[in-house]
Amino acid sequence: MRFVDEFRDADKAHALAARIAALCEPGRQYKLMEVCGGHTHTIYKHGLEDYLPESITLVHGPGCPVCVIPMGRVDDAMHLASQPDVIMTSFGDMMRVPGSKGSFFDAKAQGTDIRMVYSPLDSLKIARQNPDKRVVFMAIGFETTAPSTAMTMLRAAAEGLTNFSVFCNHVTIVPAIKAILDSPDLRLDGFLGPGHVSTVIGCRPYEFIARDYGKPVVVAGFEPLDILQSIYMLMLQLSQGRSEVENQYSRVVPWNGNMVALAAIAETMELRPYFEWRGLGFISQSALRVREKYAALDAELLFEVPGVRVADPKACQCGEVLKGVLKPWECKVFGTACTPETPIGTCMVSPEGACAAYYNYGRMHRNRVLEITQVSRS
Amino acid sequence: MCLGIPGEVIEIHPEQRDLAKVNVSGVRRMVNIGLLCDDPPAPGEWVLIHVGFALSKIDEHEAAAAMEFLEGIGQAYEDEIAAFRESLIE
Ligand code: SF4
Repeated sequence: MRFVDEFRDADKAHALAARIAALCEPGRQYKLMEVCGGHTHTIYKHGLEDYLPESITLVHGPGCPVCVIPMGRVDDAMHLASQPDVIMTSFGDMMRVPGSKGSFFDAKAQGTDIRMVYSPLDSLKIARQNPDKRVVFMAIGFETTAPSTAMTMLRAAAEGLTNFSVFCNHVTIVPAIKAILDSPDLRLDGFLGPGHVSTVIGCRPYEFIARDYGKPVVVAGFEPLDILQSIYMLMLQLSQGRSEVENQYSRVVPWNGNMVALAAIAETMELRPYFEWRGLGFISQSALRVREKYAALDAELLFEVPGVRVADPKACQCGEVLKGVLKPWECKVFGTACTPETPIGTCMVSPEGACAAYYNYGRMHRNRVLEITQVSRS
Repeated sequence: MCLGIPGEVIEIHPEQRDLAKVNVSGVRRMVNIGLLCDDPPAPGEWVLIHVGFALSKIDEHEAAAAMEFLEGIGQAYEDEIAAFRESLIE
């Protein structure tokens, strides 16, 4: 099978797989959540589930920043973009995310001035070049992108730019993990911690998971072997009855995170009392807004924002997918009405989304693969 | 967006010390290195860049691995590099 040996360290992977299998208690089922969409991507690209014993299930978590933006916020952004003299700027990932009246791409096609930028700093430059326009940056992402927004705001404030503002949709990963831990639908045994978010926040914020919930956490890198190694570390903890936070990705992630980045976020943003996540509902203290001190840069204060709540389309089961309750292929519209070209839900939009990862690599449920290979052998 | 792209630092901006020119797969652009001001990268060192900001220093091996990961994601990576190419950070 193509996907079994497609990466260069197949021997090491098999050796790790054997050690993982040896740690499984007979009759026990293990559910491990990979929080980050980058991990989901590696898992499907390399077919890592095929290396694992049947008793281990990998559950995809909510760590795809585009996937968790609720429809109402997309509509709000669209409303902002349609205001007189506004230039809306956004990362490319956001452009296809469906709101109730279409996506940024659709609005752009109809003449709304929405521009794709690589960095919030590009947005700042557009503001400098267009002093008679009001440039709004659609800020999205977890703690990996929040420092960039924060640093850009500090720069705008230092320059005294008056035509730049931020529509802040930054979310924080820890409350989402907590919401999942508190949700009765799902019993998890451990977590693969997000790699890049942790470069900013460090490993400490996960300690409550180990301490209060008794679940091990291993912050993991993005190579296939990183992920297998991290699964091994989780299984070792479980087999020894330990629950600790460990850092498999220490070559990039410092235990205490990036202090400069955290300070920039703390200076410019504060926690919102609550924020709606697509599919997960309202989660308290789970998102950031612009601090009052920087009110002049806060699009939510400078413009009327309707703030209407929009229910997800009926057919969409992204919420279940984001919580790990459903596998993407179990959604009724997966691959039929919902594809990367015509996404109904957000998980199909971003390459970090579980549905897109499944779709792009044509993965199916392990049992289905077994059935097919058995049929072709007989 | 959440995925970092590895770049090799070519030079630090002579006046604005928080900017550095980096090389990402042959594309040379400015990025902000202000988040690494506690331990700034020197020319020849590698950094992981998120939306125009270097967020961590990495070694060459890690850079190669990160690049391989990105190339593996196909279109999304091409989009990211295309966006990076368009960027005008100054
Ligand atoms: S297939 Fe589409 S609608 Fe269904 S969960 Fe995935 S993204 Fe959402």
